Amino acid sequence: MSASLYLVAMIALPAVGAAVVAALPRERSLLAKQVTLGVSLAVLLLAVLATLAFDPGGERFQLTSSISWIPDFGADFALGVDGIALVMLLLIGVLVPLVVGASWHEADAGPRPPRVFFAWLLLLEAMMVGVFAATDVLLFYVFFEAMLVPMYFLIGSFGGPRRQYAAVKFFLYSLVGGLIMLAAVIGLYVVSTSQLGEGTFAFDALRQLDIDPDVQKLLFLGFFIAFAIKAPLVPLHTWLPDSGAEAPIGGAVLLVGVLDKVGTFGFLRYCLPLFPDASRFFAPFVLVLAVVGILYAALLAMGQSDMKRLVSYTSISHFGFIALGIFAFTTEAGTGAVLYMVNHGIATGLLFIVVGMLIARGGSREIGDYGGVARHAPKLAGAFLVAGLASLALPGTNSFVSEFLVLIGAFPERPVFTVLATAGIILAALYILLMYQRTMHGPARGVLLEAVDDAPAGPPPTGGGGATAVAAAPAPARGVLRVRDLDRRELAVVAPLIALIIGLGVYPQPLLDLIEPAVSATMSDVGAASGGTDR
Amino acid sequence: MPAEGLLAASWLLIALPLAGAAVLLLGGRRTDRWGHLLGTATVAAAFVLAVACTVQLAGTDGRSVDVELFTFISAGELDVTAGLLYDPLSAVFVLLITGVGSLIHVYSIGYMAHDPARRRFFAYLNLFVAAMLLLVLGNSYVALYVGWEGVGLASYLLIAFWYTRPAAATAAKKAFIMNRVGDVGLAIAVFIMFAQLGTTSYAGVHAGVATLAGGTVTAIGLLLLLGACGKSGQFPLQAWLPDAMEGPTPVSALIHAATMVTAGVYLIARSAPVYDETPTARTVVLAVGAVTLLIGAIAGCAYDDIKKVLAYSTVSQIGYMFLAVGLGPAGYVAGLAHLLAHGFFKAGLFLGAGSVMHAMDDQVDMRRFGALWKKLPVTFVTFGLGYLALIGFPFLSGYFTKDAIIEAALDRGDTWGWVLGGVAVLGAGLTAFYMTRLMLMTFFGEARWTDGVHPHESPSVMTAPMVVLAVGSVFSGALLVSVFPLSGWLEPVFGEPAEAEHVVAPAVIGLVVTVVMALGVLAAWLFVGRREVPVTAPVRVSPVTRAARNALYVDTINESLFMRPGQWLTRALVWFDNRGVDGAVNGLAAGLGGSSSRLGRAQNGFVRTYALGMLGGAVMVAGALLAVTAG
Repeated sequence: MSASLYLVAMIALPAVGAAVVAALPRERSLLAKQVTLGVSLAVLLLAVLATLAFDPGGERFQLTSSISWIPDFGADFALGVDGIALVMLLLIGVLVPLVVGASWHEADAGPRPPRVFFAWLLLLEAMMVGVFAATDVLLFYVFFEAMLVPMYFLIGSFGGPRRQYAAVKFFLYSLVGGLIMLAAVIGLYVVSTSQLGEGTFAFDALRQLDIDPDVQKLLFLGFFIAFAIKAPLVPLHTWLPDSGAEAPIGGAVLLVGVLDKVGTFGFLRYCLPLFPDASRFFAPFVLVLAVVGILYAALLAMGQSDMKRLVSYTSISHFGFIALGIFAFTTEAGTGAVLYMVNHGIATGLLFIVVGMLIARGGSREIGDYGGVARHAPKLAGAFLVAGLASLALPGTNSFVSEFLVLIGAFPERPVFTVLATAGIILAALYILLMYQRTMHGPARGVLLEAVDDAPAGPPPTGGGGATAVAAAPAPARGVLRVRDLDRRELAVVAPLIALIIGLGVYPQPLLDLIEPAVSATMSDVGAASGGTDR
Repeated sequence: MPAEGLLAASWLLIALPLAGAAVLLLGGRRTDRWGHLLGTATVAAAFVLAVACTVQLAGTDGRSVDVELFTFISAGELDVTAGLLYDPLSAVFVLLITGVGSLIHVYSIGYMAHDPARRRFFAYLNLFVAAMLLLVLGNSYVALYVGWEGVGLASYLLIAFWYTRPAAATAAKKAFIMNRVGDVGLAIAVFIMFAQLGTTSYAGVHAGVATLAGGTVTAIGLLLLLGACGKSGQFPLQAWLPDAMEGPTPVSALIHAATMVTAGVYLIARSAPVYDETPTARTVVLAVGAVTLLIGAIAGCAYDDIKKVLAYSTVSQIGYMFLAVGLGPAGYVAGLAHLLAHGFFKAGLFLGAGSVMHAMDDQVDMRRFGALWKKLPVTFVTFGLGYLALIGFPFLSGYFTKDAIIEAALDRGDTWGWVLGGVAVLGAGLTAFYMTRLMLMTFFGEARWTDGVHPHESPSVMTAPMVVLAVGSVFSGALLVSVFPLSGWLEPVFGEPAEAEHVVAPAVIGLVVTVVMALGVLAAWLFVGRREVPVTAPVRVSPVTRAARNALYVDTINESLFMRPGQWLTRALVWFDNRGVDGAVNGLAAGLGGSSSRLGRAQNGFVRTYALGMLGGAVMVAGALLAVTAG
């Protein structure tokens, strides 16, 4: 296969796979899961091949392919990746098979057949690849909106008790943002028509435009609002805790791990290069939102009693760090921000998955319903701790490298904002360790307790939903904690993520080598200094 | 110079215990039978390697060797290489960490023999040794920071080792959080270094620091000090250290007495070129040291928990070390000598306390001890030697190293010198008091044991390390001051020791300190030794005693100043976010739709809202087009 077809295949394969899985007969659940896993592994393989074919020192966009799409508008079905998009494709490639593994029994107990769940998952993967690989702005917009549909159904059909509310809220927020962006996309097209004589949506052509600063401000805001809703910056964030809490675990992982990164990706790909003057004009304002978000969301995370809401708030805090890294306009901070996008997907992905495994055992999302789990499920507790430590950016984990790069890169340009953001690392330690201590440490208590005089438990219930039966029994005052430790399937899901957390924490340079040239090009578009010198 | 021979393999020092930790953690129950032996063997092997490396280092020109490993982080102008710096200062720490570390690993084989999770204990202990070695061997402030937070993690895991006890879990969290407060300071100091000098390596920063503005250097010095205070349990971040005694006693000996808590002293000594440029920051170091020295000593007088007394003693003794390194070139060597001697006698004292607890069914209340000298002869003798070394009994190690600090303080010759010297002498008297009180309550007097306790001496796997440390407690001071002078060994780092003009003759200082110490011992005998010790602490006591028992109310202050307002703020923000922000946005959406129904009720069929969204979008498209045409 020619290297230029990798990206097309990464979209087509899961899209076709989704159709195949959806068409399977209802009783062939296992086959549906196997096909989904196989397709997602094939996409991972393609992502790895694409990375091998990519030359970090070469052209900005590589693996390009383009066919005419809507000739009347000059819109093409044009794909291609720079280092930033490429690492996001790698992240998608890694996360989706693990999400499939983590969600193996997710839909078994529900009213809707599992094949529907997995078909939506594959369709979502195709759309996510498309949104990062598009080099045509209209195509990007189409993927950006289309991505909502599978996620809407994943939340609305397979989520928690308030899934309908969460799904609609998610959809409306995204839709409003998307429509505002559509206006800006059309505006951009109009500008290109007047400047080039012929309208275009091609990113490389649009980047050459010389747009009037006032027009830039309007168009910037159009894109910015859409992206600030997607990677929610305070105060546009309130949809995420609801969606994150109600989504099935697999959906939540892809939501905060990948979907929300489209927002921060959009800042870098569209806002900065296309509207450099407006970016510089609005930067202080964005930085205020970023730093307020870091601290405000971290404090809110501490106040949550629902573990999934807590993790969602930590993500909002982390998105503040990413925005700080992007709008500090230095190569170091920007590179750190992109690495942060990848690392956060891995670390928070693991945190969501482990929290999901705990919830599958106890049937409750409340922190207060657990206690003393570590003694009985040491592997689960260990995975929880690693995920938590990565979330609080402990050195030796991947997140440290990205957070450190963001902060040290932003400091020379924006010392005050950076110092305030650095204080956020204390809050991060608090929200993680509080949750960990309450659920894993201390004496055994909560929904997993069983009376002492019970007959020895039979074979442990299989499946995520199966363990909820335990929760139904009233918890006696004296009892023993019965909790399954991670089984082989679960270990196979968490082990690769733990390996990545530590591997990328010790040796992040291969990813940085991919990311840095693209960030450096972006920062020179926006006319920024490379940090490291006294301002 | 670049590394050759064994020194080129000095990364193995870190890799060995790290590999041990990995095998024990990943191997699971399969490694239960031999895990403790593997854990001990990796640290012992690291010690042997450290000795060999030090011998080779002694024969190298300039006694400073760089070991480049790999590119850790390189982006833009930032280039952080993972590399080690083997010089006399790091060599001293490596020997202390691996030496005392090996002894404590051996001791733990016996101490933890009956704990079902012994393998996990050794895994964490190995992890600690690896992180601590990275901290002292790294060649840049970033490498130090990685080790710095790494030991924080190991400390967290080990304090919470018995995590089913809420007190242990809470103490671990408290330690981690208070350390992170300090870490923020350290991190910002590193950011300033990069912003101003474009590098974070010791070589680069120390070479460029003289070119910086005075205010910048002072800021770096104060921020590094904040980090040091967090890690070393110094004022105002000392409150976590006594709570950390919830961890198993070998942990208290290794991490919370001999090694990790002295990392702050290492940081300041390592950053000597920075502090040489900023007298202001050095004065703050002095003040922190002096204040902490007194706080620790006062609190140590009032506690009945044997480990807490030793913990406050550690706080106080590290205060001496901060005071010393705050004096600048005159004090670095004195501070480090005290650090090494303290490593011996305090580790020995903790191991002795562990042996006593072992004999007394894990009780820590000294009011329930008494008359143990006959039952625990080896523990008594080794503990006693550590006690004499700590209070500065003539010609034992503390006598030499503490006097050197007092001498260096007085040699300043100004008012500050007299104040600091006076504080240090006063501290010596208090130290003698609280340690004598501890000795009397534990080993002498009447037996006040709870029913069913049958004290017995610990097995030799535990007493042997205690004996070795006791020998070190006796001789290390004399060795470091006169036989193998530390000042000569450290000369490549701190320069040639200057011949100081003594304000007060050393012999006079020695005499005065000895007299004050004797007064402290006498006072303890008068107040504690002569009387019967009640098995429950008296309730009606003076306000001074009450304040001391509450460690001068530092926890109360922290709680009312940070914890409670923080909890209120969090609760208020949660309410505000749910009602205020979410409500406002939902209300705006509902208002735009011209409908009073809340967003939440729009569940059935989003088509209508979709249409409204379309309308809104169309309006904005039109607006944008108008704007563009107008522009």
